[in-house]
Amino acid sequence: MADSLPSHMRPERSFQGLILALQRYWADYGCVILQPYDMEVGAGTFHPATTLRALGPRPWQAAYVQPSRRPKDGRYGENPNRLQHYYQYQVILKPNPPNLQELYLKSLAAIGVDLALHDVRFVEDDWESPTLGAWGLGWECWCDGMEVSQFTYFQQVAGFECSPVSGELTYGLERLAMYVQGVENVYDLNFNGRDGADKVTYGDVFLQAEREYSRHNFEYADVDMLFEQFRMAERACQKYLADGWDRPQEARSAGGATGKQENLEGAKHLMALPAYDQCIKASHAFNLLDARGVIAVTERQSYILRVRDLAKACGAAWLGTEAGGA
Amino acid sequence: MPDLLLELFSEEIPARMQRKAADDLKKLVTDALVEAGLVYAGVRTFVTPRRLALSVHDLPARSPDIREEKKGPRVGAPEKALEGFLKAAGLTSIDQAKVQPDKKGDFYVAIVEKPGRAAPEVIAEIVPAIIRAFPWPKSMRWGARSAEPGSLTWVRPLHSILCTFGPETEEPEVVAFEIGGIRSGNTTFGHRFMGAGEITVRRVDDYMTKLEAAHVVLDAERRKDIILHAARDQALALGLELVEDDVLADEVSGLVERPVVLVGKFEDAFLDLPPEVVRTTIRNNQKCFVLRPAGNAPAASSFETRPLGAPQDEAGRGNAGRSPHPEVRGPQENEDGRRPDREEKSSRASKDEGGRLAPRFILVANIEASDGGKAIVAGNERVIRARLSDARHFWNTDLAPLPDYRDKAEKPLDQRLEKLKAQNIVFHEKLGTQGERVERIVQLAKEIAPLVGADPAKAERAAWLAKADLVTEMVGEFPELQGLMGKYYAEKQGEDASVATAIEDHYKPLGPSDRVPTDPVAIAVALADKIDLLLGFWAIDEKPTGSKDPYALRRAALGVIRILLEGNLRIKVKDVLGKSLFHLLGSLLESQDVYWGTKKESELWNLAKLRPGAVPSGAEVAFLVLTKHPDNGSNIGFKSLEVLNLGARLVSFIPRTADFVDGLLAFFADRLKVQLREQGVRADLVDAVFALGNQDDLVLIVRRVNALGAFLATEDGKNLLAGYKRAVNILRDEEKKAGAKVDGDIDASLLSEPQEQALATAVDAAIPAATKAVDAEDFSAAMAALAQLRAPVDAFFEKVLVNAPDEKVRANRLRLLNRIRQATLAVADFSKVAG
Repeated sequence: MADSLPSHMRPERSFQGLILALQRYWADYGCVILQPYDMEVGAGTFHPATTLRALGPRPWQAAYVQPSRRPKDGRYGENPNRLQHYYQYQVILKPNPPNLQELYLKSLAAIGVDLALHDVRFVEDDWESPTLGAWGLGWECWCDGMEVSQFTYFQQVAGFECSPVSGELTYGLERLAMYVQGVENVYDLNFNGRDGADKVTYGDVFLQAEREYSRHNFEYADVDMLFEQFRMAERACQKYLADGWDRPQEARSAGGATGKQENLEGAKHLMALPAYDQCIKASHAFNLLDARGVIAVTERQSYILRVRDLAKACGAAWLGTEAGGA
Repeated sequence: MPDLLLELFSEEIPARMQRKAADDLKKLVTDALVEAGLVYAGVRTFVTPRRLALSVHDLPARSPDIREEKKGPRVGAPEKALEGFLKAAGLTSIDQAKVQPDKKGDFYVAIVEKPGRAAPEVIAEIVPAIIRAFPWPKSMRWGARSAEPGSLTWVRPLHSILCTFGPETEEPEVVAFEIGGIRSGNTTFGHRFMGAGEITVRRVDDYMTKLEAAHVVLDAERRKDIILHAARDQALALGLELVEDDVLADEVSGLVERPVVLVGKFEDAFLDLPPEVVRTTIRNNQKCFVLRPAGNAPAASSFETRPLGAPQDEAGRGNAGRSPHPEVRGPQENEDGRRPDREEKSSRASKDEGGRLAPRFILVANIEASDGGKAIVAGNERVIRARLSDARHFWNTDLAPLPDYRDKAEKPLDQRLEKLKAQNIVFHEKLGTQGERVERIVQLAKEIAPLVGADPAKAERAAWLAKADLVTEMVGEFPELQGLMGKYYAEKQGEDASVATAIEDHYKPLGPSDRVPTDPVAIAVALADKIDLLLGFWAIDEKPTGSKDPYALRRAALGVIRILLEGNLRIKVKDVLGKSLFHLLGSLLESQDVYWGTKKESELWNLAKLRPGAVPSGAEVAFLVLTKHPDNGSNIGFKSLEVLNLGARLVSFIPRTADFVDGLLAFFADRLKVQLREQGVRADLVDAVFALGNQDDLVLIVRRVNALGAFLATEDGKNLLAGYKRAVNILRDEEKKAGAKVDGDIDASLLSEPQEQALATAVDAAIPAATKAVDAEDFSAAMAALAQLRAPVDAFFEKVLVNAPDEKVRANRLRLLNRIRQATLAVADFSKVAG
């Protein structure tokens, strides 16, 4: 396939070409190709298409690019491979097909990694997200010693056993692009595959943003506002969760946000997604506060637990929705 | 005879789990076979990242028939007994049982016959049960079947099972079973990238050759050999030498099925970094080996070898979910405070002079690439260059001033220490912050310094900087470099050589065979660090119990013991513990912001009317807290609430201060016993010396124990001990009867027999002689003085009757026996000596 493309579209020539090649590959496989979630998240896993869709019995196959914000990783544009905003390519297949490793390897071939030439390895890496109450087993995928993807079989999400298990692939797009383009500095990546005056680099697109956001994240983010946002999001999430049960009385007596779905047998939830949005907001506010260094070490854990409680309750609510299998 | 071949083919098994999995599989299968009556001649296991296999040789085709006689009740026994027998023997009527005569009469006997079964039938039951219950450290569900309750779990998705059984001369059969939707068969797959499709296998020999042809080296040891030989050869060809790393070799051989060894290079300029940094970067992050110029090996291996990804650091304390103490993570220690494969291997760590590396590295790929590995090498070089650039960035950052700390301290490490303190990272909830701990160690190191011949100012300086590297970028990235980086950074900022050494060495010894610090400054800081740790956890009652020692206190105590003994350092441990306790109380008070935390030590003691260096009692400290606080009684409100809180916090452990200092000493005694036992010293002798009380000079204790051991090995010693036991037995009976201790002086006028006169004279001479020798710390002389008692004691018991008819004489002779007891107490408590 790659051979039939004009050179500026080729995955090894341009950042966007690489994304397009992955989109095409996974679309061809049968995934729904989603667009990025329109909220700030720390990783593609936070997208409801992964977190929530991983719960419940219904099959699901999706792929999407997700901008990921990690305020603490900002380096004012001075580090060649660390960014506070970067792209992940996320694939979620539920249940995981038996040949998921093969599918992954073929996707590498699709973006120009010749498997007869390169050393691709699956190196143990167990995944855990304390904020999402989630864990899984899998690997870091190495290509010639460079970690280019994460490969995880979800075992638990939002405190619930995954039934069935989903396979999750997360490609670090910048790293992968740096690899296939043979570039040492992320800002030197060719974004559009053109040469000369027409060439747009990753730096042209994002360097200024990295500088501005680093400044914001570490020095100027409004702490009072963020604390307030955290509290508001937490409260709103809890409220939507409580009010979302079609038999709210019953839900409240069952503990509402405790995530005990068995007590809610038969109850339907009507606002799991809006509630989960608030959970995402709380998580991002926390990440920003953390980057600002205003959360004491001892408090950190309690914030993480607060977000996790929200995530768990959202998971319970999701299981009470139609897409969640109720 | 038939062989069994079993292969469990899966997605990539974590390298660290492979070896144990192979051992587990072997044990589980062979145990189950033997249990079923299938006895075998040999067994072999194989493990690669994608397969776990085993072959069992020379099994019988069938399990043997079993004929069993079950003896039942007597003929004519009650109905109940007969029923029970029939049920147990599986009979329907008592007629089916035979009647056999016995000495006591006729009994029923049931003959139970179990015909043997075909081995494949047995194996088809055994293997699925083992797979279901396999002891992986972590296992998972996968695929569509994971939605079903009780679905199969494995370390990673299991794809196929090969299981054949048959003799060499015939076509083996497939042992048929199904588990989790996988049907057993006789096929497998070769190398992920270099193999060509499905392979049909008959038995172990063609299994091995076919897989070899499909680019899979089955034997983990062989993969390791291939890697190490190729690595050494390639190094040699470049005029270099491989820096051996067994742990890495093990791991890497678990990451490939077909090892291909390649050499990469990096820029010479990176060699300006400390060699340990270069190596740790390349090893931990990229799992590659480093090389050095040939003939440039340092005297002792310059590198510590620790399991990858298993740092023993203090750096992570601030992170949520991490333990507050360095040694908390990882496997528990066993009784001797060892962590078998952990510190043992790090023990060869030493100074790094001569440890210069070459700008090359060895990588182990999993494929024979079509371009001979050029692309793979280039890719790895790129990653390693980036990683080394990061390391250089850390190094430069760590040597530069911290933007916010310039006013507080001038030098880089001093600034890091300020930062460490400012971060208020909790060391332990009840023991304050890291910063407070540093202050305690500083005080204590300064006090220990003169006792070990160190310059107190240098000890203070070293203790001050010892933990500063915990907040450096480099140690944040590579926690296992703690201490070492501190040394490098200290050298760079022009610290005294002893100070720099002490920063690295204060963590030592990390295990029973790790070296101990020898520079006096390092000794002072190492002791202060360990004693503060021990005393702190004793104070809050977090002692090791059984196999649990989360703060590695056994290791710390053993460290103190080894430092003192190997350095022949005469220190009264109890005094040091008292000082340590003082600093602990002080820092807890200071953290409450009460004024007298800032007072000088002497003043504080004076206030509490305490003798400096003494162990403060609960009452004394309570007095200190409650009477000397400035707001005591004068200021109602917040301040006095604070005093109350403070009081409550201290009172929770103050009443136990004397207890736990003694308890900690007893802990040292236990550790010392363990340590000495390894050198063949009897534990009872250590007890005999400790039982004297007030024994806290470990060097002296060991000398005394050794002298005692030597003495008791002589004829004189053995006989004296026997005489002592005899005397004490008599005294014990007597004292029990009388309800009072036998005591008092001997009345010479009552000594009628020559043997008792001789004994009295000998004891009168021996006691002062032994005491004098002990005072002069000449334990051999003390033992020699006791040896003088042997002949008179023997003669006394031979000729003299203690139970004299005359009550006065008898009482006098008992007092004479008591003198023997007193005499021995000059050197040890003989009652603790076994035998």
